[in-house]
Amino acid sequence: MIVSFISLALTGMSLKFSYTGWAVFLSHFFGGFESAGYIHRFAAVIMVSVFIIHLVDVVRTRKKELLSWKELIFGPNSMMFNKKDLKDFIASMKWFIGKGERPEYGRWTYWEKFDYFAVFWGIFVIGSTGLTLWFPEFFTQFMPGWILNVTTIIHSDEALLATGFIFTIHFFNTHLRPEKFPMDIVIFTGRIPLEEFKLDRPAEYKELVEKGQLENYLAEPYPEIVIRAIRIFGWTALSIGFSIILWIIYAMLFAYR
Amino acid sequence: MKIQRKKVNLKIIKRFSFLLILGLLYSGKVFSQDNSDCLMCHEDKTLKGTKSGRTISVFVNEKIIFSSVHSEVDCIQCHVDLEGSDFPHAENVKRAVCNSCHEDIQKLYDGSLHSKAFNRGDRLAPICQDCHGSHEIIPVKNIKSKVAPINVPYLCGQCHKEGSPVQLQRNISQTHILENYSESIHGEGLMKKGLVVTATCASCHTAHEILPHTDSRSSIARKNIAGTCAKCHAEIELVHRKVIKGALWEKEASVLPACVDCHQPHKARRVFYDQGMADADCLICHEKKELKSSDDGRSLFVNYSEIKNSRHANIACSQCHSGVKPSHTRPCDELTASVDCASCHSAIQEDYQKSVHGKLASKNDPNAPTCKECHSNHNILGKIDSKSPTFPLNIPKLCGNCHREGEKAAVRYRGTEKEIVKNYSESIHGKGLLKSGLTVTATCTDCHTAHRELPHSDPLSSINPANIPTTCGNCHHGIQEQFEKSIHSSLVSKSDKKLPTCENCHSAHQIIRADSEGFKHIIMIQCGNCHEEIAKTYFETYHGKVSQLGYTKTAKCYDCHGAHDILPVENPASHLNRKNVVETCKKCHASANRQFAGYFTHATHHDPDKYPWLFWTFWGMTGLLVGTFVLAGLHTLLWLPRSLQWRRELKRRQQDKNTNHKSEENVSDGNS
Repeated sequence: MIVSFISLALTGMSLKFSYTGWAVFLSHFFGGFESAGYIHRFAAVIMVSVFIIHLVDVVRTRKKELLSWKELIFGPNSMMFNKKDLKDFIASMKWFIGKGERPEYGRWTYWEKFDYFAVFWGIFVIGSTGLTLWFPEFFTQFMPGWILNVTTIIHSDEALLATGFIFTIHFFNTHLRPEKFPMDIVIFTGRIPLEEFKLDRPAEYKELVEKGQLENYLAEPYPEIVIRAIRIFGWTALSIGFSIILWIIYAMLFAYR
Repeated sequence: MKIQRKKVNLKIIKRFSFLLILGLLYSGKVFSQDNSDCLMCHEDKTLKGTKSGRTISVFVNEKIIFSSVHSEVDCIQCHVDLEGSDFPHAENVKRAVCNSCHEDIQKLYDGSLHSKAFNRGDRLAPICQDCHGSHEIIPVKNIKSKVAPINVPYLCGQCHKEGSPVQLQRNISQTHILENYSESIHGEGLMKKGLVVTATCASCHTAHEILPHTDSRSSIARKNIAGTCAKCHAEIELVHRKVIKGALWEKEASVLPACVDCHQPHKARRVFYDQGMADADCLICHEKKELKSSDDGRSLFVNYSEIKNSRHANIACSQCHSGVKPSHTRPCDELTASVDCASCHSAIQEDYQKSVHGKLASKNDPNAPTCKECHSNHNILGKIDSKSPTFPLNIPKLCGNCHREGEKAAVRYRGTEKEIVKNYSESIHGKGLLKSGLTVTATCTDCHTAHRELPHSDPLSSINPANIPTTCGNCHHGIQEQFEKSIHSSLVSKSDKKLPTCENCHSAHQIIRADSEGFKHIIMIQCGNCHEEIAKTYFETYHGKVSQLGYTKTAKCYDCHGAHDILPVENPASHLNRKNVVETCKKCHASANRQFAGYFTHATHHDPDKYPWLFWTFWGMTGLLVGTFVLAGLHTLLWLPRSLQWRRELKRRQQDKNTNHKSEENVSDGNS
């Protein structure tokens, strides 16, 4: 998912900001605009596949854990927004302005859920417009040609939103905020130090303790080499992401025409 | 005529008084000196007389006289000395005279070479009878007449044929006159084809007033030759328009070659001949290597073999160095004028005088090239000789002598072109010429002309914007045809704005292949120079963006609009006409359809009137973008100080924990 996202961003941005020297460099780096196009579409297929596999996995998890659709969607581990998220959000705002304590976040925080559904929106918007640009001859059989101009704008601006959001807001919220700095590798390991877990997700910790299930989830940390590999990958992704952000800022502020 | 009439009157009076007296004295002898009186004795075939001591027959055939032009003339009208004499008259009769009737002709003859010789007592000199005969004179139109055109060469040839006493003993500069004449176009016409209007000896030398060519009154004097030849060749200057400037011919014939310089006297044929003023005479002096001008000491040596190997091999020295006087011991002693190539190459001279080069030359500018700067003087080889400086392969070097950066013409030049020769050498034309050796490639002179180089601002210039399509069309004719029908052509569009011509897109000296990558990129900028807005919007679309990345495998201006045949979309022949546009798209998008062609290839989201959908989509998306970033950004910024606080808190707790428990535990999340 990360690799395909970064590939899509790099190849796509090289076209969007084609008037910058960086774009020319990148385009040549990818072996020309045509091969960059192939990489872009290949990465898009991977991205959509990952998305679909995730949906299938969600459904399979429901079956495995013998959950009803209702439990799946509105259960405590669901990604769906619920009342607690609203409360957490309001509490967070108060905390931010110094009028309250840090809310006791649970399994998923509201910003994580926002990011999660942003992907749904993004996949739908960027994916569908991308298809029209991939197969313009097919789509113009039942749509006017100018739709392609419209989908180009949507595709490109939504992509800008997605990359911009991921490489700034998401990066900060997840990796760069001081207590996680420089990165949170839980996405790769699925493991978090207990002490950190206690403080970061007190609601979930308490629930596990209350249910007496905490012991079930305890595990040893990964060996140092695995952690290092993960960190190298993480650094790479972060660096590329930041580079893209710098490039976008440069392109939009200084080289725009 | 007056005198003649007086004489006739006198004769009549005399005759009447004579008749009267005789009639009174001897009846029956009234017409004592009638022709019959003469014939009484002279019709006797055996009658003899003496002349200069020799016995000769003095028989007169009455028939011959009656059939001659003088049938009506009395004997004594010619034999004037016998008038009134007794008969038989005295032995030594004077020569019959012609001037009693042909006084004007006699005058012409009196001034002639023949007459002067006769008066000197030259016994070879001819008089009337030698050519015309005596009693047997018949009309000139009669083919039997000795002076009928057909017989004139034989008549003159009697004395002037090779080996005759006249040719051997008298100072006649021409040799083999009759032989040469008989082989010439004139002689052939007369003698082989029987054309009696052909020029004979008398046509050029006149019949009676024959004078040497050194005599300025002579019909064959240098200044009169043209007039003499033009008696028959009346409009010959029209044929020789290129060779001889008409005006000069009339006003200043002496600077021009005379007819005989090329068409040798007596040998005139339809081809050029070595001319009369023999080159050998010039070479007597100019062959000497040490020959120097007394004025400035420059060498006057002439390498004759150079001339003989040049295009002027058949041109005599004096044809260029005109004004030599063959009668002088040193024919060139009065020669001051320099060679005027225009006496033969007048059309080229006219072009040259209009050119920048010519105008500078007329101001005596030392930088101005004249004919010889490019063509050299004696070693003129012509442009098809690979050794010639004007051979196509050598032209860039030739022009470069002055126009190369730093040279005298480049220093004077104030235009926009730089490094002209270098750029040309690297252009497609230059490479074609200098690397591939294609002699048909455009060189300097193909565009600028060889002799009428003018600045592009001059409407007559071959590189004036109005003329450039024609100039390029000399080779690229098919393109010219397309271009001249296109909207860019000044023949089609009337506009205050400057219309583009070939060089606006292809440049002047840096022309590169239109299928090269470099050109494909440049051309979009070239179009954008005039079509600024539309080019900008092109770069907002996929095609333009790919082009901007440096790739050419995408639609560029000319892929859709055409290159030289650009037409307004409403024109049915336009590539973008409703009828053709799908086909145009199909060049790249094989399954393009009508609606596909509705894609805005020059779309911009900055124009709400023209493209409302794009405008509102863009601003909608921008709103979404800005909105999201503002909210999320605000959220993050507010979070930052709390997060720092929280980090300190975590560190503190960690330290506490480390002091309390040395062991560390991990918890895994639900999904692992």
